[in-house]
Amino acid sequence: MDEFGLLMQGFAVALQPENLVLMLVGVVLGVLIGVLPGLGGANGIAILLPLTFAMPPVSAVIMLSCIYWGALFGGAITSILFNIPGEPWSVATTFDGYPMAQQGRAGEALTAAFTSSFVGAFVAVVMITFVAPVIAGFALRFGPPEFFAVMFLSFAAFIGMGRGSALKTVMAMMLGFLLAAVGMDAMTGQLRLTFGSTEMIRGFDFLVAVIGLFGISEILMSIEDGLRFRGQKARIDLKVVLRTWRELPRHWAIALRSALIGCWMGITPAGATPASFMSYGVARRISKHRAEFGKGRIEGVIAPETAAHAAGTSALLPMLTLGVPGSPTAAVLLGGLIMWGLQPGPMLFVEQADFVWGLIASMYLGNIAGLLIVLVAVPWFAAILRVPFAVIAAIILVVCAIGAYTVNNAEFDIVLMLAFGVIGYVLKKLDYPLAPLVLALVLGDRTEEAFRQSLLISEGDLTVFFHNWLSGSIMAAGIVLAAWPLLSALRLRLARPAVA
Amino acid sequence: MSKLVSRRSLALGLGGGVSMAALGGRGASAAGWEPTRPVQLIVPAGTGGGADQMARAIQGIVSKHNLLRQPIVVVNKAGGAGAEGFLEAKGARRNPHVLIITLSNLFTTPMATGVPFSWRDLTPIRMMALDEFVLWVNAESPWKTVGEFVEAAKGSRLRMGGTGSKQEDQIITAAITRATGAPFNYVPFRGGGEVAVQLVGRHIDSTVNNPIEAVTHWRAGALRPLCVFDSQRLAGTEKMTETMAWRDIPTAKESGLDVEYLMLRGIMGAPGITPAQLDFHADLLGKVRETPEWRELMAQGAFNTTTMTGDAFATWLAREEERHRALMQEAGFLAGQS
Repeated sequence: MDEFGLLMQGFAVALQPENLVLMLVGVVLGVLIGVLPGLGGANGIAILLPLTFAMPPVSAVIMLSCIYWGALFGGAITSILFNIPGEPWSVATTFDGYPMAQQGRAGEALTAAFTSSFVGAFVAVVMITFVAPVIAGFALRFGPPEFFAVMFLSFAAFIGMGRGSALKTVMAMMLGFLLAAVGMDAMTGQLRLTFGSTEMIRGFDFLVAVIGLFGISEILMSIEDGLRFRGQKARIDLKVVLRTWRELPRHWAIALRSALIGCWMGITPAGATPASFMSYGVARRISKHRAEFGKGRIEGVIAPETAAHAAGTSALLPMLTLGVPGSPTAAVLLGGLIMWGLQPGPMLFVEQADFVWGLIASMYLGNIAGLLIVLVAVPWFAAILRVPFAVIAAIILVVCAIGAYTVNNAEFDIVLMLAFGVIGYVLKKLDYPLAPLVLALVLGDRTEEAFRQSLLISEGDLTVFFHNWLSGSIMAAGIVLAAWPLLSALRLRLARPAVA
Repeated sequence: MSKLVSRRSLALGLGGGVSMAALGGRGASAAGWEPTRPVQLIVPAGTGGGADQMARAIQGIVSKHNLLRQPIVVVNKAGGAGAEGFLEAKGARRNPHVLIITLSNLFTTPMATGVPFSWRDLTPIRMMALDEFVLWVNAESPWKTVGEFVEAAKGSRLRMGGTGSKQEDQIITAAITRATGAPFNYVPFRGGGEVAVQLVGRHIDSTVNNPIEAVTHWRAGALRPLCVFDSQRLAGTEKMTETMAWRDIPTAKESGLDVEYLMLRGIMGAPGITPAQLDFHADLLGKVRETPEWRELMAQGAFNTTTMTGDAFATWLAREEERHRALMQEAGFLAGQS
């Protein structure tokens, strides 16, 4: 139990009064940052990074990582209340979280989201504490073919597990890939689909698209419904937290499974976004109440939130042990490590044990502090919905515009956001699912890169994806999932003549 | 409108200068100009990369040592391999509150993509340092010298990983091929940290990472440096592994490989700023270079600490631009060439 002793030492560092204060400041700032779409955790930390330059490294990283936890918690708030995911991994939370809010169960959804976030993060931290070196070695096995296999599995899971028409899912996904292709092609260094416009060089940022597709189109839908507002039943009542807590233990299996999916995706390092989608898909597939998903099942909130936080937390592990960030926020923290004179990588655990274990201890404490803060605030968050929609719609529109602008400090993005709002509205009316589009837009670049890197390495040989058991088995699972709708259709067709 | 702004900023600048003098002076520039608004430092690359780290270090040093009355704001404009950031700086004509940190994409991006900008569209302020490149292989590989490595590369196309496409890493790779005749299979990745890990995991055979991107894996015994692409050896004499210091890595030339490449880490201003404004920024950045934090950063990344301002810097830029054009032309990387 060598780790245990080191962890206790870490707690001693993290529990120093000034570090505790920084922890609370960090969590509160993080929640605010997470609530504002556009100003995600990565941006928030980047802005505050220079302020920490004068602090001791442990204090600095404690504050910044607490901003990270806070932002992770905060991302769920707007997803549930307004159907506007503030972060890529909150998209899956909107599927059931927003319907719950519309039914007046916003407090319940928020409590479930926060609690399962905490559970996910906690499982991941325990794992980091005790099996870090083993896992660090595993991440090294992931080259481009393995990475592509994981991405392929995420997309396949969506086709096989999505609701509605598989064909529409695929079409929405292809539209997402097309949008992701705009801008610089990282493989050849050439500009693609920019039509000579300097504004298009940047490509389509995920956040701008998502704010438009989800947020703006939702406002358009509500306006069509005559500004009728559906969340008024929400009361300011702290008891909702306790009531939800009584119900949560029943879903332990989903939470555990999602936490494991999350840890695995965080380490590989595919990241929190595919983790949340995949775990939502799996939860829906396995559930007995499959048809009710997307209409306000609490499991639909628990699964993605647990997985996203488990992934977000374990994404810090490859950063610490290998120097490879598992998420954009981790990338900024990585820059911070170097500025504080620490060298992330395999030597960090050996040479800076105080720092590493202080950080790990602060992961435990920061998450507990974060949970308490956001839970106390649940009734107030839920009460936002009592404001008349005519008022709140205008505020949402302004916040969305600010968010879209903040992503790249570009006015053009506000126009893009509005355009995406209209596209989102049309797609919703035609019953095309938006989530596959968003998934392809977020992961399209990385997936394409991994695919082409693999083929460069193998000099054009497609069997590279089956060159070892790891990528081979993931690919096989992906192919089965992608073909699932076809297989079940085939089974039905084969079964029917037998019946007749 | 612009006249109005400049008159107001002049007045504020003078006011600032007077009050500074009254306080005993804290290094207000002799010409009397100083920033009157927050200074925007554009990073034409993503968060977490080498340029971004340096920009944020400058920001932190300036605020910690109170070198400037106005804050520095770091803004990432990474789109189109940095084209977005450069176009923004180019468009900020006569605005002294815009700075941009440059790396080799100042030369390579316009050449490879045809996006219209060059260093001549900006005002060169100061070269802060030059970044080194080292040839790395996996420590378990059989290659101990550049000679053995090149021999192996001639036998079978080795996989060379690097950051980005038609940028510095691929240019060096092409230069090695030209010098030795050994073909490489170049595989582009997103960033240096990712490249280093791919090499540790043996998904690729070699890289030309910057020292700071690979140092931790070297110290952990996972990577082996073969040579540095500079005319002289690196400065660090402190042992990084049990047997080697930065200084013990031979230069490429010593090893019989005639390839030299250094990457600019410099600061440029918007076009058309006044000499007083240029002097102020050059002076400020000179002070940054003298702080212990900066020296620590330089030592960590084994940077070449050459600095230049004014005409010398402009001459250097013109020479490097020509060199890049020649290198990229030979490799077939120019826009419209492939």
